[in-house]
Amino acid sequence: MVSVGAAVKEPGSTRKNKTGSWRTFKPILDKEKCIECENCIMFCPEGCINKDYDIDYDYCKGCGICEEECPVKAIKMERE
Amino acid sequence: MEISDKEFFAPGHRACAGCGATIGVRLALKVLGENTVAISATGCLEVISTPYPETAWEIPWMHVAFENAAAVASGVEAALKSQGKTDTTVVVFGGDGGTADIGLQALSGAMERGHNLIYICYDNEAYMNTGIQRSGATPYGASTTTSPHGKESFGEDKPKKNMPMIMAAHGVPYVATASISYPEDFMKKVKKAAEVEGPAYIHLQQPCTTGWGYNPAKTIELGRLAVETGSWILYEIEEGEFKVTYRPIQRRAVNEYLNAQKRFKHLTDLEKERIQSHVDAICIELKI
Amino acid sequence: MVLKVMSANQAIAEAVRLANPNVIPVYPITPQTTISEYLAKFVADGDIKAEYIRVESEHSAISACLGASGTGVRVFTATSSQGLALMHEIIFAAAGLRAPIVMADANRALSAPLSIWNDQQDSISERDSGWMQIYAENGQEALDSILISYRVSEDKKVLLPSMVCIDGFILTHTVEPVDVPGKEDVDKFLPLYKPEHAYLDPKRPMSIGTFTDPNYYMEARHDMEVALEGAKEVIAKANTEFAEIFGRKYDFVEKYKSDDADIILVAMGSICSSIKDVVDELRDKGEKIGLVRVRVFRPFPTDEIYEAIKGASKIGVLDKNVSFSIGGVLHNEIKAKMDVDAYGFIVGLGGRDIKPEHIKEIIEKTKNPTKHSQWIGLNKEDL
Repeated sequence: MVSVGAAVKEPGSTRKNKTGSWRTFKPILDKEKCIECENCIMFCPEGCINKDYDIDYDYCKGCGICEEECPVKAIKMERE
Repeated sequence: MEISDKEFFAPGHRACAGCGATIGVRLALKVLGENTVAISATGCLEVISTPYPETAWEIPWMHVAFENAAAVASGVEAALKSQGKTDTTVVVFGGDGGTADIGLQALSGAMERGHNLIYICYDNEAYMNTGIQRSGATPYGASTTTSPHGKESFGEDKPKKNMPMIMAAHGVPYVATASISYPEDFMKKVKKAAEVEGPAYIHLQQPCTTGWGYNPAKTIELGRLAVETGSWILYEIEEGEFKVTYRPIQRRAVNEYLNAQKRFKHLTDLEKERIQSHVDAICIELKI
Repeated sequence: MVLKVMSANQAIAEAVRLANPNVIPVYPITPQTTISEYLAKFVADGDIKAEYIRVESEHSAISACLGASGTGVRVFTATSSQGLALMHEIIFAAAGLRAPIVMADANRALSAPLSIWNDQQDSISERDSGWMQIYAENGQEALDSILISYRVSEDKKVLLPSMVCIDGFILTHTVEPVDVPGKEDVDKFLPLYKPEHAYLDPKRPMSIGTFTDPNYYMEARHDMEVALEGAKEVIAKANTEFAEIFGRKYDFVEKYKSDDADIILVAMGSICSSIKDVVDELRDKGEKIGLVRVRVFRPFPTDEIYEAIKGASKIGVLDKNVSFSIGGVLHNEIKAKMDVDAYGFIVGLGGRDIKPEHIKEIIEKTKNPTKHSQWIGLNKEDL
């Protein structure tokens, strides 16, 4: 059963698809070092770092942008 | 600037790790907020965001075809106006192929007619959805699958089509270039685009890990290198007034940008020098 | 009832005024252009409260229709020939997205060679798109068909776009007396469009135009097949209610002196008026000739056509179109769906006049068939 015109009426429903399984390297954020500059939040292609700097590993694909853009090296990529 | 903490583009989408396009969409929607309707041209963004029965979009979204996003948006804007819903923002996301090539006519029509909408071209400088083919926005020297380098070729032999200036020639109230690596600059421009009455065009450069050939962690760094070397210039044209919005403190050598990407790896020193002098000429004119 | 003298193009514009769409994106093309002009004037005079978009191509006209329809409002556009061909990609998308767009097509030949004159190749070539298609015989029917089309397209059980086809110049530019109904009666017949299936509203976000993998695409297309077949019931009901309110009764097919006919011609559009004259003439001479005019071409009214023609010994089908190497499309569809002795005749391409003697020739060739399909009215003998 497909909805009429294949319209999707559940906004944000890609959340059902946990892209965390794509990951080889996992970003670990050290909140002690973090200066809350928001770089990682802004630049995350998944939008999966919240304003409390918690990384949602259900979706993090492990691209490493957050580690690269952290000005104080508070994020380290670790092999899963 | 008011920026929503809320995400209007959900995770779980199928974009490559390190995708630049999704960063651009997230940032734009944080400025535009929930009272927004988005239209997409066919392309990476459309395909990765709406794998039926799922969607990454938290706002109303529509896609019809590759070349007609601006025409679809024209209809949406007119229909909202006819219902008195003038407070709803209409934003279009089209890739460089959907904007500079196949969608140019529909875009020109929409701009010239003065619809109150924002068109954001997310430019990754080739047809990435179909596997890295040359578009009108592919830069000089880039190797793509349809402009490959070889014994008789150094890759793309034409300069990048100047889309923002083509849009400016339409006399629309707001035209800007932007980069995902300068989010404040970009978001300020999105806000201005939303506030002007009439059409606004933002040409957003967004590095593509797959098409440009670099480690996904470097997406932001590549966008930064483009701007810091003068290869991509951040400016806006407000009511006909041209203004550079970001000037690198010390312009870096174009080689730093070129050498970081597989698509330029084949270039000889002579060709790189040619690109450098082209960049120099523009930057000198703009005092960058 | 006050009859006004007008062309079918003006009659269509009057119907659109009465249906009052919110958005009208149009692009000029002969012989549709005057529809766009009448509508522009209605908007300029405040007779229609609509956003009129002067788009830069037919491709954008149908695209803007689809965008506007996506917000949940009624829309209208009109086109012809090359314009319809340019729309082709979005014609399929409009049906697939289940947008109840109503469009008029001024039937005109397709290039090349370039021709501005009438045949039905343009709309026939869109027959597989999922759109409903009505072929009108005159201006009155053109007007009425626009109203019926909105009613059917917007029905929840259908949600497919409609094309009202009128023969270029023969109808578009020929004036006839037309009864323009009153707004109150139209409002009674045609309720406001309130979509539930898909609409762009920030209060209830949904995504329209998604990407389907092989697990879903075929079901979506099958739903269209079911909806188009189901439209038959909705059309029948709309026809009945239309007759109750306006006094004019339409059907899927029109039977003209066909009940006892030995030879029946089948055709669509304005040519049927000429055929009726020939039928009358031959009937006066005692020949049992009849006409079955196919008015609704999609959904294809197999049962209604079969019921109307099954009693004849032989049937001649006139097509103002050709599917090269197989013949006229209506002829082939009738042959495919019905066990009848039917012969095909390609006529009137690119505005070639179809004279009474051509119709008589077709009748003779139907009586004494030599080929399954032949071209009538060529300057030199069809070889």
